[in-house]
Amino acid sequence: MGEKDRILLQLLEENCRTPLSELAVLAEVSEEDVRDRIGRLEAAGAIRRYGAVVDWERAGDGKVTAVIELKVSPERDFGYDRIAERLTRFPQVRSLRLMTGIYDLQLLVAGPSMHEIARFVSEQIAPMDRIRETATHIIMKTYKENGTTFAEREEVERLPYSF
Amino acid sequence: MRDFVSERARAIPPSGIRRFFDIAQTMEDVISLGVGEPDFVTPWCVCEASIYSIEQGSTAYTSNKGTPQLRGAVSRYLDTRFNTRYDAEEEIIVTCGVSEAADIAIRAVVDPGDEVLVAEPCYVSYTPCVSLAGGVPVSVPCRAEDEFRLTADALAERITPRTKVLIANFPNNPTGGVMQEADWRGIVDLLVDHDLLLISDEVYAELTYDGDHFSPAKIPELRDRTITLNGFSKAFAMTGWRIGYLCAPPEITAAALKIHQYVALCAPVMGQIAAYEALRIGEAEKDAMVREYRLRRNLFVDGLNKLGLSCHVPKGAFYAFPSVESTGMTDTGFAEALLREQHVAVVPGSVLGPSGAGHVRCAYAVSRDDLKEALSRMGTFLESIK
Repeated sequence: MGEKDRILLQLLEENCRTPLSELAVLAEVSEEDVRDRIGRLEAAGAIRRYGAVVDWERAGDGKVTAVIELKVSPERDFGYDRIAERLTRFPQVRSLRLMTGIYDLQLLVAGPSMHEIARFVSEQIAPMDRIRETATHIIMKTYKENGTTFAEREEVERLPYSF
Repeated sequence: MRDFVSERARAIPPSGIRRFFDIAQTMEDVISLGVGEPDFVTPWCVCEASIYSIEQGSTAYTSNKGTPQLRGAVSRYLDTRFNTRYDAEEEIIVTCGVSEAADIAIRAVVDPGDEVLVAEPCYVSYTPCVSLAGGVPVSVPCRAEDEFRLTADALAERITPRTKVLIANFPNNPTGGVMQEADWRGIVDLLVDHDLLLISDEVYAELTYDGDHFSPAKIPELRDRTITLNGFSKAFAMTGWRIGYLCAPPEITAAALKIHQYVALCAPVMGQIAAYEALRIGEAEKDAMVREYRLRRNLFVDGLNKLGLSCHVPKGAFYAFPSVESTGMTDTGFAEALLREQHVAVVPGSVLGPSGAGHVRCAYAVSRDDLKEALSRMGTFLESIK
């Protein structure tokens, strides 16, 4: 990946609503070039989706989120991939990762209530073949998400002028 | 009672922005492009190391020259980053910011009556420090048509038999101008033939956007006739820590150290520990800040030119220095009206040296959103004076 592509990806990751004209000025390339590059990055799957970082709590629609860890027996020839693929199909599963450590897979699950999450884990996840153990951790508060700090911090006073 | 204020203190002109400061204080929503400091907070890894050291009771004086760890780290850093070699024991003093380093450098080499060339527009402290040392400051203009570089012609015109020192600051505050190797080579002969000393303030050395900084002490003929000043404020967003350093051949360093130990004793220990940490692990965060400054520069300079305020593309530091001549206003008039009417604070160029007249200094060390808002307000202002 070239330097210009990297700059464009960082800018889009930071704010995907930045107009093409502004992206062009910032990255020191033409608007045409920005359009081509973004097209290529989308086609290559480097850009997966454009979205917003939402603080649902503050939006007044607080959901319950939980980190769920799974111990999984891998399959011959497929390892963890097939079971992971099955898990990704649940809309409740927001993210899914294969990890080093005591557990194998880590899920981020969101649901309307604690009860709903408990039901999802005990009825849908735990009984699945090859899942040996689950550990559910309810998220109590989010301080930072995808690089964005949620808590308001007081601005430090700076002088209006200095040399 | 007699007037106790000394002639020398009286002779220092009052700050050219005091009045602006007072106006800005009365406003709530000022967008300040008037500050010469990063808007970033010091990288957290750096703060944390210093906080921990305080908890451990590291609160005492250090060696006058600064801690051996920091001097060693500075020496290695200058070597790897700019290819200049300074001995950590004999040739480096850690100071209370580059401001102190400039003062002690000047006082270590200037005798009463010595003429000191000051490449301007520039940071405001050099001229008064020269005067306080009894020297005679002589300004050497760096002009927009030369991309604000220091040229041999401008220099040659002002050299007299009394000239002893040249003070230069590149990347430059306020113009963003830089001097590449060839630019320095162009004035080496003048410095050598007239046996001049160079004081090179390189505090913006890390903030270059088109090619790496070139440190003049890298040129063998200049190495022993140069005092290199640098510090942590701009590169690592550490203005409040007050840590800079002076590098020079041993005799000059020893002379400067005598002054430093009496005026400052040593730089603050917390700051020295933080600075060491910045050199040890701060590079990635520094690089990220430099990338962000470059984006801001692109955005802001493009915006200024679109507004009709012609601005060369600064290659270093974090200042844009547009001309306001197209408005028919003086730089001071422009800056004051812009502040009063649109609450955008910029520094009139003439405050930073006679060659700065007709320009204003805009620090783009603020968020891109604030830069856009500032540009929009400047646009409204320019419409209103048409």
